[in-house]
Amino acid sequence: MFFENFIPKGDEEITEVVSGSSGSSIPVNLSRRGFLTTTSAFVVGVTLAGCSQAEEVVIDPTPPTPAGPSPLTEVKGGDATPSLWIEIEADGKVKITCHRSEMGQQAWTSMTQIVADELEADWAKVEVVQALGNPKYGDQNTDGSRSVRYNFHRLRVAGAAMRQMLCQAAANHWGIELADCRAEQGVVSNSVNKKTLTYGQLAEAAGNLQVPAEDQIVLKSRDEWRFIGKEISSLTVEKIVRGEGTFGQDVQREGMVYAVIAHPPRVFAEVQSFDDSQTKQVQGVVRTVKLPDATAPALFKPLGGVAVIAKDTWSAIQGREALVVEWSDGPNKEFNSEPYFDELSAAAKNPGNPQRSKGDAAQAIKDASTKVSAEYRSAFIVHSPMEPPSATAEWNGDELECWACVQDPQTTRRTLSELLQHDIEKIKVNATWLGGAFGRKSKCDFVVEAAILAKEVGTPVKVVWTREDEIQGGYYHAMAVQNFEGGLDADGKALAYQHRTAFPSIGSTFNPAADEPGPFECDLGATDAPFDIPNIQVEAVKAKAGVRIGWLRSVANIHHVFGVQSFAAEMAAAAGKDQKDYLLELIGAPRIVDLSAENSKYGNYGADIEEYPLDADRLANVIRKAADMAKWGRDLPAGHGLGIAVHRSFLSYVALVVEVAVDAEGNLTIVGCWSAVDAGTVVNPKHVKHQIEGGVIFGFSNALYGKISVTEGQVDQANFPDWRLMRMDEAPKAFEVEVIESNAPPAGVGEPGTPPAAPALANAIFAATGKRYRTLPIIGPDDYTLPLNSDNA
Amino acid sequence: MAVTININGKDETIDAAPGTPLLWVLRDHLQMTGTKFGCGVAQCGACTVHLDGEPVRSCSIPHDALDGGKVTTIEGKEGKAAKAIRDAWVNLNVPQCGYCQSGQIMSAVALLEANPKPSDQDIDDAMSGNLCRCATYMSIRRAIKQAAASL
Repeated sequence: MFFENFIPKGDEEITEVVSGSSGSSIPVNLSRRGFLTTTSAFVVGVTLAGCSQAEEVVIDPTPPTPAGPSPLTEVKGGDATPSLWIEIEADGKVKITCHRSEMGQQAWTSMTQIVADELEADWAKVEVVQALGNPKYGDQNTDGSRSVRYNFHRLRVAGAAMRQMLCQAAANHWGIELADCRAEQGVVSNSVNKKTLTYGQLAEAAGNLQVPAEDQIVLKSRDEWRFIGKEISSLTVEKIVRGEGTFGQDVQREGMVYAVIAHPPRVFAEVQSFDDSQTKQVQGVVRTVKLPDATAPALFKPLGGVAVIAKDTWSAIQGREALVVEWSDGPNKEFNSEPYFDELSAAAKNPGNPQRSKGDAAQAIKDASTKVSAEYRSAFIVHSPMEPPSATAEWNGDELECWACVQDPQTTRRTLSELLQHDIEKIKVNATWLGGAFGRKSKCDFVVEAAILAKEVGTPVKVVWTREDEIQGGYYHAMAVQNFEGGLDADGKALAYQHRTAFPSIGSTFNPAADEPGPFECDLGATDAPFDIPNIQVEAVKAKAGVRIGWLRSVANIHHVFGVQSFAAEMAAAAGKDQKDYLLELIGAPRIVDLSAENSKYGNYGADIEEYPLDADRLANVIRKAADMAKWGRDLPAGHGLGIAVHRSFLSYVALVVEVAVDAEGNLTIVGCWSAVDAGTVVNPKHVKHQIEGGVIFGFSNALYGKISVTEGQVDQANFPDWRLMRMDEAPKAFEVEVIESNAPPAGVGEPGTPPAAPALANAIFAATGKRYRTLPIIGPDDYTLPLNSDNA
Repeated sequence: MAVTININGKDETIDAAPGTPLLWVLRDHLQMTGTKFGCGVAQCGACTVHLDGEPVRSCSIPHDALDGGKVTTIEGKEGKAAKAIRDAWVNLNVPQCGYCQSGQIMSAVALLEANPKPSDQDIDDAMSGNLCRCATYMSIRRAIKQAAASL
C-alpha cells in the first residue's frame, strides 16, 4: 500500500508551473505521507488551463530528516502542530480545521483568516473543516468571547510552520537555500531560477519534514498580513443565502425518529405518574419514554420528564399535547420572582461580602455634602437563539455519535460519558452550525436527552426543543437588585462610591450551597468599575436561586453595567455636570487601574493583567471617540436626548452614544447609535462592527422588553408573544461603529457590545424626558410606550 | 391520506398526518431544511416561504389546506429580486448565525417583487415579522436598499 503509491499512473502526474521557461516533461513522484488523510486526495492531477509553459517534475519523496515529534505542542495557546490544523491536498485545496463552534460570530472566517494568512494560502482554495470535540485541540469552549484571543498566536505559528515546511520542501527539491524560497498565495517561488511549485505539489514532501521549533519560525510582520485585519467576506454566507448548511435542528440520519419532551414545570419536579393513552392515539407517535428525574446540582443534566417519540416533529408535538403528567412539587415550588425582588432589595440595604475596598466609603458618604442613592432592578432573561436547542444521537453497538448545536463539544462529550457512564473514547460529538447560542448552547442537557433516548429506542433520535421548551427550560440570566450610594463634595466631585449587588449565582447551578454572587461574577462590571474615586466599596449580597442560573451574552456585565453607568449619570446630574464630561472625570487620569491595590482579587477574564491591563486611557479614548462621532453637545430637536456609557469587558473597550426621541405619548424612537470599540488587534473589522451592532441591539431588546418571571417555580412566559424580542421597526434608525486601530493583543468582540447598551439607552431617555428608569425591562412585553407617568424605580 | 403539493415547481406527494403544518412536511418529510423552525406560532418568521408569490409562515399553514397553491422555498427561489437580495446579502455579509436568514430573505424578496423601491417604512412593515436574535437588522435594512438600488 505504501509503496504502490510511488508508482505514478497517468492521472497521478502533477504538473509544475515554471514561469519564463520553455519547459520539458519529467514524471512526478510524490509520497503519500504528510498532510493527506485520504489516498485519493493526492492522485488528483493539477491542471492549469491556459498555461503553456508547464513542466512536470519529480519531488524527491525521501525525507532529508525523518519527521519526529512536533516541537509545537506547547506554544502559547496550545498545540500549534501544523497537521492538527491544516491539510493540503494535491490539487492545492487547503483544509483548515476550526475547533471553535460557528454561532454567528464568524469563528469559521476568523480562525481561517489567521491560519491562512501565515500559511500564505490562496484564499480561493481554502475550506473549513469543523473539528469533532477532542482534547487534542485544546479549549473548544466557545464562549467568553475568546476564540481569537486564545488562538491568535498558536494558529499563526501553525500556519507559519507549515509555510516554512512547504518552502523547505521546495528548497530541498531545487537544491537551494530556504532563504531563496518565497511563499505567496499557495505558490513557492525560487528566487534563483524563478521557478515555482504549488502547495499541492509540495504537500507530500513537506509532510515528511520535521516540524520546526518555534524559535526557527518567522511570523509575518503586521504590514505583511494579507487576511488578518481585512474585511474578508464570511465563509458561511454563500450557503446561508441558499438555505444550505446544517444547523442542529437540520441533522438527518437514516432511520431517525423525532422526540419532543414534556419537561417538568419546575426544576427538580419529578414525574409522579403519566397517562399516555391519548398520546398513543396520535398519528405518527411511536412510543413514550420516561427520562430519569433530575436531582441537584442541576449541572448539564437533562431536566427529566416524558419524551414522545414520533415519525416527525409535528406528531411528537401533538403527542405531547395529549400527554397527561402528574408532577411532584419539588424543592422550587415556593419560588416567586416578583416578591423576591423585595427580599433582595431589603438584603442589599445591608453590608455584603466585600469584593473591593478602598478608603472608607460608608464614612465618606456620611460626610459628603451631596448624597446620591439609587436602587436598580433587572428581570431574569433567557437566551432565545433563533434556533431552539436540538440534538441527534445514534448508537452503533457501544459507539455513540451525536450531532448537535453545542458551544463546547468537549464538555458535551465528557458530560455524556459521565451521565451515561460510558467510555469517552466511544463517544463522538459533532458540532453543527449553531443558530445562535448566547450561552444557552454551552449547556448540553439536550444532547444527553438525545443519547438516552436513542439508546432506549434503538434507532437514531433527533430531540427537538420547541420555543416553549427553550423559554421555560432555560439557564436564566439572573434577576438582580443593586444598591448604589455616592457622595459628592461641594463642587460635585465624587468622594465615595458604594455598590452592593444581589443576584442568584451561576455557581448555584453547580453547587446548591452557592448562595452569593461569586467573585467571577462581581468582576463582570461591578468590581472592575474603573472609577478614580478615593473611597470605593463593592459588595456581594446573598441570594438564592429558584431556577437554573446560567451565563448569557456578557453575563453579569448586563445588570452591573446598567447600574454602574446609569448611576454615573445620576451622579453627573447631581453634580450639575455634563454626563460625558463627568464620566471622563470619574475614570480619571490616564493610568493602569490596579484593582489589587484596592483589596480585590480581580480575575481579568482569565487573562494576564500585564498583557491585558485595565487601561483608563483606552476607556477615555473610546468615550471621546464615540462622543465625537455622535457630535456630543450639539443642539437637539425637542424630545431628543443623548446618552453615553462605556465599559471594558472581555478585555475590549466599548463606548456607546445613543440618541432617542420620545414623544408626548411616550413613543420611543432610537434615532441613532455611535460606538467606538478598541478590541486591540482585530482579525476582521467588518465582523467586529456586526458583532457590536448585534450585541448592542441584543442589549436594547433585553433592556426594553426582556422579562422572564417565575411563579411557584414555573416560568410564566412561553413563546414570543409574551417573551418579547426587538423587531426591525424598533431597531435603531442609524448605527455607526468605529473600530480603533491598535497593536494591542486581540480581545473579545462577541459580548462587549451588550453591556453599555442598557445604560446608554436609559441615559438617553433621561436626557430626553427627565425620567430615570432603574428597572429592566423599561417597557416590558405588553406595552409600546415608555411609562412616562412613573419612574419605574 | 396522501396529498400532492407543488414545491419549487415540482409536485411532491406527501403522506403526513392531517393538519401537519407545511413547515414540518418540508423539513421532516422532504428533508428540505432550508426553511427553519423558530417558534411554531407565526411570531418569528424563520419559516417564511412563498405561497403563490406571497410570503407566509409555513409553521401555521396545514399542508393539506394548500388547495393547489404553489409553494416556493429558499432552496427554489429564483428571479431578479431574489438574485439582487442574495447578492446584497453576500456583499454586506448580512447573516451572523444565519438561522433566521432564510425567512428574512424570503420576506425581503417578496417585498422587492411587490415594491422595487421600498421606503424605510415599507421595509419596517415587510420585515417586522421576522425576528433576528443576532440582531442583524441594521445590515438587513442596508442590504434591502442596496438590492433595490441594483434593480
